[in-house]
Amino acid sequence: MSTLKLDLENYKELMQQYIETQDEQALYQAEQFSKHSMQQNISPEEIINVHVQSLQHLYPDMPEHIRSSLDFLLETMISYGLAYQEYQSLRERQLELKSEISVAANMQKTLLATEKPEIEGLDVGAISIPAKQMNGDYYHFVKDDSGALGVAIADVVGKGVPAALCMSMIKYSMDSFPENRMDPGVILGSLNRVVERNVDSSMFITMFYGLYNINNHTFRFSSAGHEPGYYYDSKQDYFEEIDASGLVLGVSPEATYEQCTKEVHVGDMIIMLTDGVTECRQGDRFIEEDEVLEIIKQYAHLPAQETVEHVYKHFERLQDFQLRDDFTLIILKRKV
Amino acid sequence: MDFQSCVNIKKEWDIVGARQLGRDIARKIGFGTVDQARIATAISELARNIYLYAGTGKICFEAIEDMNHKGLRIVAMDDGPGIKELSQVMEDGFSTSGGLGAGLPGVKRLMDDFDIQSEDGKGTEIKAVKWLR
Ligand SMILES: Nc1ncnc2c1ncn2[C@@H]1O[C@H](COP(=O)(O)OP(=O)(O)O)[C@@H](O)[C@H]1O
Ligand SMILES: [Mg+2]
Repeated sequence: MSTLKLDLENYKELMQQYIETQDEQALYQAEQFSKHSMQQNISPEEIINVHVQSLQHLYPDMPEHIRSSLDFLLETMISYGLAYQEYQSLRERQLELKSEISVAANMQKTLLATEKPEIEGLDVGAISIPAKQMNGDYYHFVKDDSGALGVAIADVVGKGVPAALCMSMIKYSMDSFPENRMDPGVILGSLNRVVERNVDSSMFITMFYGLYNINNHTFRFSSAGHEPGYYYDSKQDYFEEIDASGLVLGVSPEATYEQCTKEVHVGDMIIMLTDGVTECRQGDRFIEEDEVLEIIKQYAHLPAQETVEHVYKHFERLQDFQLRDDFTLIILKRKV
Repeated sequence: MDFQSCVNIKKEWDIVGARQLGRDIARKIGFGTVDQARIATAISELARNIYLYAGTGKICFEAIEDMNHKGLRIVAMDDGPGIKELSQVMEDGFSTSGGLGAGLPGVKRLMDDFDIQSEDGKGTEIKAVKWLR
């Protein structure tokens, strides 16, 4: 009550000052007054009320029709006041949601963490950056007893919290597979059944699964409707698409997954990515596939981890530092 | 309880009648311009809901007094279809017809105390109180 009175005094003085001088200083203070009022949750109808009362103090013989017109104005402001209060409460709610999501995003990071393996003779680079807080892309490394390295890269069609929940499920299914049965085609087949049974049919997951055999340097892979990968032949300086046929996970329980094999020579690279890489955009223009490969080549002389990081930085800049889609890129380079 | 008066709501025009009576009583109790305008807006929302969703009903006003202050109680009653998802309806942004901030959450903000009882298929009773400060 006392603060409102004080405000009334303030307002009256400011208004009087302005009426007499038409001074910018008073207008500036009016601006301060309105900001201060908002901080105190004062709604527009109360400001009008203060205005009317100040006028009446200053001009006791204010004509009746002016007074009525101000009452009319006050009445029309009530709904604006309500809308303003609703806005405040929705804003608070939004801040709450935001912090909940950032907690969830951190949990996701811990949950989905995978360790980049150290393997003699193989240089591994991997990067995955979410466009928003939660990542709908996922990659995963597993080493089996024989020294083979399994690599999964996946993309949930859909973004945000639902996509992230879905990915956690995929991760835990993969963790539960026995380590000696890592045939890419078999793994995708099992995952397909898990997804089909447990995930809403509006949600699709694409995955590329590869198995790098350290002993004979072959790469065996299968794909569930995922972006094709690339093989870089360093002698010929040539990129070759590597793909295998297979349905997106979760569409049909009977889907089977073709399995292909590629021999890997010294100095060559295997590149796996998600469509956040190939569908980068510069303004309204989608960049061409060749452009992506060109950039990869440009940094290919570096260690694989530095290569993927430089490629990411390049496209991040190209898109004005605002990714439109989650970006995941993995490179395996045979050293010896 | 000093007195109680009611307005039947049947046609859209009755909303104006309810506002008028509510405002008169609020003024007599001693509410200022701002609170009168708030009370009238709350009455509008309640009366319009009766008109739109229940067809007919009534709005009653009651001057009340507790130990240290006076107040106005508005009771909106109807035998309409009732409100099924009360907690949803009381959520901000749920209102279908109004602009921002209107509807029942708006009534709750405009008034000091607010209570709904509603039974599916039997009707709705909303009580709202504004205290004089
Ligand atoms: N008296 C009533 N009888 C039945 N349903 C009602 C009544 N009042 C409100 N409702 C229901 O509650 C919903 C929300 O009401 P309200 O908050 O006033 O917003 P709006 O009228 O703009 O939809 C209405 O859409 C209506 O379905
Ligand atoms: Mg309504």
